Amino acid sequence: MGKVEIINGVETINGEGFQLTLLDKVIGAARANSVWPLPFATSCCGIEYMGTMGSNYDVARFGMERMSFSPRQADLLIVAGTISKKLAPILKQVYEQMAEPKWVLSVGACACSGGIFDTYSVLQGIDRVIPVDVYVPGCPPRPEQIIEGCMNIHRLVKSESLRRRYSDEYKHLLKKYDLNDE
Amino acid sequence: MIATSVGEKAKDMSDTSNKNKSLFADETIDGQIATLNLGPTHPATHGIFQNVLTVDGEKILGSVQTVGYIHRAFEKLAERRPYNQITPITDRLNYCSSPINNIGWEMTMEKLIGVKVPKKVDYMRVIIMELARMADHLVCNSVIGVDTGALTGFTYMFQQRELIYELYEEVCGARLTTNIGRIGGFERDFSPTFHVKLKKFLKEFNKHFQEFDDLLLRNRIFMDRTIGAGPISGERALDYGFTGPNLRAAGVDYDVRVMTPYSSYEDFDFIIPVGTQGDTYDRFCVRQEEIRQSMKIIEQAYNNMPEGSYFSPDVPEFYLPTKADVYTKMEALIYHFKIVMGETPVPVGEVYHAVEGGNGELGFHLISDGGRTPYRLQFRRPCFIYYQAYPEMIIGQTISDAVLTLSSLNVIAGELDA
Amino acid sequence: MSNLTNEAVLARIQEKFGEAVRNHEEPYGLLTIEIQADKIHDLISWLKTDEVLKVSFLTLIGAAHFPNEKGREICVNYHLHSLVNNVRMRVRAFLPIETPNIQSITDIYVGADWQERETYDFFGVIFEGHPNLVRILNEDDMDYFPMRKEYHLEDATREDKDDRYFGR
Repeated sequence: MGKVEIINGVETINGEGFQLTLLDKVIGAARANSVWPLPFATSCCGIEYMGTMGSNYDVARFGMERMSFSPRQADLLIVAGTISKKLAPILKQVYEQMAEPKWVLSVGACACSGGIFDTYSVLQGIDRVIPVDVYVPGCPPRPEQIIEGCMNIHRLVKSESLRRRYSDEYKHLLKKYDLNDE
Repeated sequence: MIATSVGEKAKDMSDTSNKNKSLFADETIDGQIATLNLGPTHPATHGIFQNVLTVDGEKILGSVQTVGYIHRAFEKLAERRPYNQITPITDRLNYCSSPINNIGWEMTMEKLIGVKVPKKVDYMRVIIMELARMADHLVCNSVIGVDTGALTGFTYMFQQRELIYELYEEVCGARLTTNIGRIGGFERDFSPTFHVKLKKFLKEFNKHFQEFDDLLLRNRIFMDRTIGAGPISGERALDYGFTGPNLRAAGVDYDVRVMTPYSSYEDFDFIIPVGTQGDTYDRFCVRQEEIRQSMKIIEQAYNNMPEGSYFSPDVPEFYLPTKADVYTKMEALIYHFKIVMGETPVPVGEVYHAVEGGNGELGFHLISDGGRTPYRLQFRRPCFIYYQAYPEMIIGQTISDAVLTLSSLNVIAGELDA
Repeated sequence: MSNLTNEAVLARIQEKFGEAVRNHEEPYGLLTIEIQADKIHDLISWLKTDEVLKVSFLTLIGAAHFPNEKGREICVNYHLHSLVNNVRMRVRAFLPIETPNIQSITDIYVGADWQERETYDFFGVIFEGHPNLVRILNEDDMDYFPMRKEYHLEDATREDKDDRYFGR
């Protein structure tokens, strides 16, 4: 047991009875350390995701062990596995049901680009129907890779401006994917 | 688009005409019929399949199923790929126990070309297949626990699955979708690290497994929850075409390893656990005992491993030669080229081979016309065949029992939809 | 390991069905019988109830498309298994592509339901008497039968992948 060093996650100026920091940073840190994922696990990558949930690769240390299967309460949509064309409208519906702020992690080659299944029934990448933030390649990716994807999501979450969702770039993205602009 | 077709199906179901009579239970409590959509994305459905339930309070009157949400067209894809490139596709059928699918495919090819592998290969294959069976049953039983609310068993057993994954990594380099073995044997012998890890696993697994067993098997709450949930009788199960632990829980002792032994299974001494009621508790118990029996088989195979070669020398057209030979000998170079480019000639013929997968009889029906890719390859997928019995198993039960029945059936989406 | 030999099974079937049995062979030890398409239902139900053969387990229903054999393009295969006698067999019927109709065996084996739907979905084989013959794995509004040989594996409308670089 070595000496444990506690790093201040958010830079603050402390004093007697007050703490001075930027609101963006505090909210970013709070959001990043308690992301509630929605594991949209379809196939083999879903089992690797279950392995990541297990105690060996543990996502609970990131605050992500509360799997929210209800889209209304989820922050992060983890699409792990092949999405077929039959499932694409449902994926879009689930994404629309999620409340802002929301992020999407595409796990596995099939979700990123269709993978080895270049067939008539498989959607060649979920970014054809929903906007994706981080892609994790692999077939299936090792749990360490999935965790790295989650950590990249955390980086995005921490640094995202609170006004990002009202920016023109974001509105343009929503229009491109034909999503509801609410 | 999806919502309207589901709505139409639900309307069909509330119409209690003779057309749908067989799906409905005979009595309703107070006539408040509602439609509940279980899926396609639902924590209880481990995989993506949809059940539109007609419920009267908590009691289920009928259900309409939709599958095909992960249809990846394996059979069409197999017509495009040369024979040794189909092994990665078979991985993704029942991905919880992918070595069994791989080895089943390799055995089908060996049957087609008529080659017999050395005994040592058989024993090596048995060890790998039984490890895969254990991994599959561990997932299923842990998930039955999770669906009743017992999450601890899941974390304990996934730790053991990590050890099994380490064993796979020693053999083939991959954890989940293994692409293990070759047509004709294995690419290399078991490494010394594999022997060390396997010995440790054999010594310690039973102790950890007993902890999981103690948590659930004789637990009053678990038993009350699962006994009587989703029963099916043996005759009905046979009529549907059930195989595997689900059929054995219903009382029929049909196991492909015993009926038509392959890969030297007749050398091993193991029992087939059989249940009585065919309900969730029986399925759980059958899988628990099968894990123990698999451990016994692995011990026997490991302790009696014969000497010999880890590949068959009679199939140079299918089995890659060593790199040293490829760089120095002409025939090896030509064989290597032909195998990698997939230009190997295959006899014309039609073969059906079945192995006992984690869920039952996994069959490969291969029609070959002598070309570099199969003419027609059809997989007999046990999940697809027994999942059709699900509406019948949940009539008259509560919604929570339906959830539990679904997870105890071990429906793996990759195998369901192919 | 089995009590009955393939010859005994074949003899018994030929005794009952005579010239409806068009062809028989034994590839890799599995008795394969080709029978007239309209006799399939009778054969399979007789096999289930016959006291000697007791072929009471339906293993697999599948089909294959042979576009070069005119009048016999679609081949429907039934793999059956007698668990009591440990005998497997394959029964098949050839159907013309214009009218690929064959009688459904869902009244004999309940498990034939989805397998026949899958065969319809992939090849367009019409099973008469099936309670609900609609597509099962593909999308409901698909208008062609993808496993037939004339259709490609890839989606015809995809624009992102250039076939020149994919070796096709």
